[in-house]
Amino acid sequence: MTTVASLSEDLDNNPYALSHLDALESEAVHIFREVAGEFERPVILFSGGKDSIVMLHLALKAFAPAPVPFALLHVDTGHNFPEVLDYRDRTVARHGLRLHVASVQDFIDRGELRERPDGTRNPLQTVPLLDAIEKNRFDAVFGGGRRDEEKARAKERVFSLRDEFGGWDPRRQRPELWQLYNGRHSPGEHVRVFPLSNWTELDVWQYIAREKIELPAIYYAHEREVFARSGMWLAPGEWGGPKDGERLEVRQVRYRTVGDMSCTGAVESDADTIEAVIAEIAASRLTERGATRADDKLSEAAMEDRKREGYF
Amino acid sequence: MSTTNTTRADLTVDAGATSLLRFATAGSVDDGKSTLVGRLLHDSKSVLADQLEAVEHASRNRGQEAPDLALLTDGLRAEREQGITIDVAYRYFATPRRRFILADTPGHVQYTRNMVTGASTAELAVVLVDARNGVVEQTRRHAAVAALLRVPHVVLAVNKMDLVDYQESVFAAIAEEFTAYAGSLGVPGWGSGGDPQENWCTAIPISALAGDNVVTPSATMDWYGGPTVLEHLETVPVVADPSDDPARFPVQYVIRPQTAEHPDYRGYAGQIASGVLRVGDAVTVLPSGRTSTVEGIDALGQSVDVAWAPQSVTLRLADDIDVSRGDLIAPAAAAPSVTQDVEATVCHVADRPLTVGQRVLLKHTTRTVKAIVKEIPSRLTLDDLSQHPAPGELVANDIGRIVVRTAAPLALDAYADSRRTGSFLLIDPSDGTTLTAGMAGTAFAEATADPAPEGATDDEGWDF
Repeated sequence: MTTVASLSEDLDNNPYALSHLDALESEAVHIFREVAGEFERPVILFSGGKDSIVMLHLALKAFAPAPVPFALLHVDTGHNFPEVLDYRDRTVARHGLRLHVASVQDFIDRGELRERPDGTRNPLQTVPLLDAIEKNRFDAVFGGGRRDEEKARAKERVFSLRDEFGGWDPRRQRPELWQLYNGRHSPGEHVRVFPLSNWTELDVWQYIAREKIELPAIYYAHEREVFARSGMWLAPGEWGGPKDGERLEVRQVRYRTVGDMSCTGAVESDADTIEAVIAEIAASRLTERGATRADDKLSEAAMEDRKREGYF
Repeated sequence: MSTTNTTRADLTVDAGATSLLRFATAGSVDDGKSTLVGRLLHDSKSVLADQLEAVEHASRNRGQEAPDLALLTDGLRAEREQGITIDVAYRYFATPRRRFILADTPGHVQYTRNMVTGASTAELAVVLVDARNGVVEQTRRHAAVAALLRVPHVVLAVNKMDLVDYQESVFAAIAEEFTAYAGSLGVPGWGSGGDPQENWCTAIPISALAGDNVVTPSATMDWYGGPTVLEHLETVPVVADPSDDPARFPVQYVIRPQTAEHPDYRGYAGQIASGVLRVGDAVTVLPSGRTSTVEGIDALGQSVDVAWAPQSVTLRLADDIDVSRGDLIAPAAAAPSVTQDVEATVCHVADRPLTVGQRVLLKHTTRTVKAIVKEIPSRLTLDDLSQHPAPGELVANDIGRIVVRTAAPLALDAYADSRRTGSFLLIDPSDGTTLTAGMAGTAFAEATADPAPEGATDDEGWDF
């Protein structure tokens, strides 16, 4: 077993060494500034989840003391956690940001999208997202996706060119050499940008701890009414749960990811501080998505297939 | 030092203070690269239960009895269907000592551009060799690409030692042949003698299948006294002393809040590409040549006196001079030359060819300029480092020399001096396709290689 004393010897021995968090932060800031320098109408996808919160924090640092030169875009599935919407609105107000909302519910109400039999709205996000990109003529769209999340995402570029249909073709990606990101695109095309590509779930949490970033309360253990479905603890709501035979009960839970309520599960936990959360994640034998996302379990290539259609 | 008993829980101990190593793997199709990567991830306990379960499930569906660790890394439908890796994928794992970013590059002969891509950001490359076959053409190509891209460290992993009865003599012969070849690449200062920590190349006998010397020391190769692959990855020095290099600061973006709080703030945002910058340094802004002094350095919201590569910072200058995106700030005493004529070694990465007379865009640091390909003096065969004169064009995966004339001056270093300010892309202006990866200045090959033998043709040995 390695001793504690050896852990930081790289850093102690060389006054110029950067910790992995400093290196990742520096790289992400570089990516934000490249986009600011090369694109006309960038936007940050903001869900109120931890990855998009870290993205916004990095953007704030990248352009300080000037304001962030990007607007935010929230794809609202209509099944959001109230705590997360509250966080979103407070954040927008505090930093004087502009927020665009693309609403899945609006599309359903207009008959342009149809509710799925399983009530899951995550896959329905793609249409309002692409519509918002087209209507606002966004040419660069920041996403919080990380390559460690999923094996199709492991193939994703930092700058990912999308065609006029928002589609991703993994076989026709531009090679990404050195730190020279090629953002050239034709009218109608846009570029998805992933500043957190090289971060892992643990890096994100360690960075949140180091930077003392506030998160929506649902990331920390709290008592909540939940019911069991497909091996996950889901929160009740108008989205369609619980059904007959599913029993509500109060459990001490927290969330590892934040998404649509219909497919984002809670994990049982008593981690109510960030230190406890980090310890819990480090000891976990399940990936973030494996633990709490139903939509990735649909098929072996579920993520790749959705990304091809324009999903993030 | 052993890492076999560590769990992810250990990572919480002082976890904010580990270093980061970016490395790349290269190997031919049957050298066992996926197995090595799978073993590194699996034995370092970086594969979580649900991922392993998915691999076991997929393996069973294919009728395989044992979990196929290659499925951990082959993420795309086509890759799983064809059982080959077609694109670079990035993997992440950690031990208590380090965080690792692995560029997992396909070894298939037609995807050398992917190795170039993976190697461009790597601080170390693992070159796999099958112990039964020894150093083959593909091994020499991988070594040459690593040398060409100036990857600071190479690990020669002699795999499948279990299939040669774990014989020391087999390993020693391969290591010797490879070291001799690496020496012939003539990379200045990248010797293969002296302090093992300073060696460019480290050879390790392994069996990825059986797990010998990957994460745990081999029980059968007691004649080997060196580190396991993981131990070496954990201890290889990652940070060269940045104060050895002159400072380079490509300006990315000008920050001007123009708010009541900061009415006069004007900062130049960028990532320090090399060297160290201090408040008070006399600097030159290129290509204009105007001079000033560093008045302040803001490191992401905090004012500091000194900053170094690769930190992202914002510089404030003492004089109100014209500076914009694409300019380079450098020490007045050690500025790079400014040129419109770029000579470079390139790897062509696009499916359409690069031809003499072609109009392109050249992206160098934060500057993109129009350019024209004036000459393609030679194409290189990495197998034997022979040069073939005046090929007329470069096609996908070719490595060659080119001369480019740019419409505006560039502050360019030799790639040998700076991977960051000596590298560039050629881009097709019509649709933005990335055509070519460029490395300015003299490549290793010119110093050592002979012209191609008489009668050499375009048929074989080129399509890497």
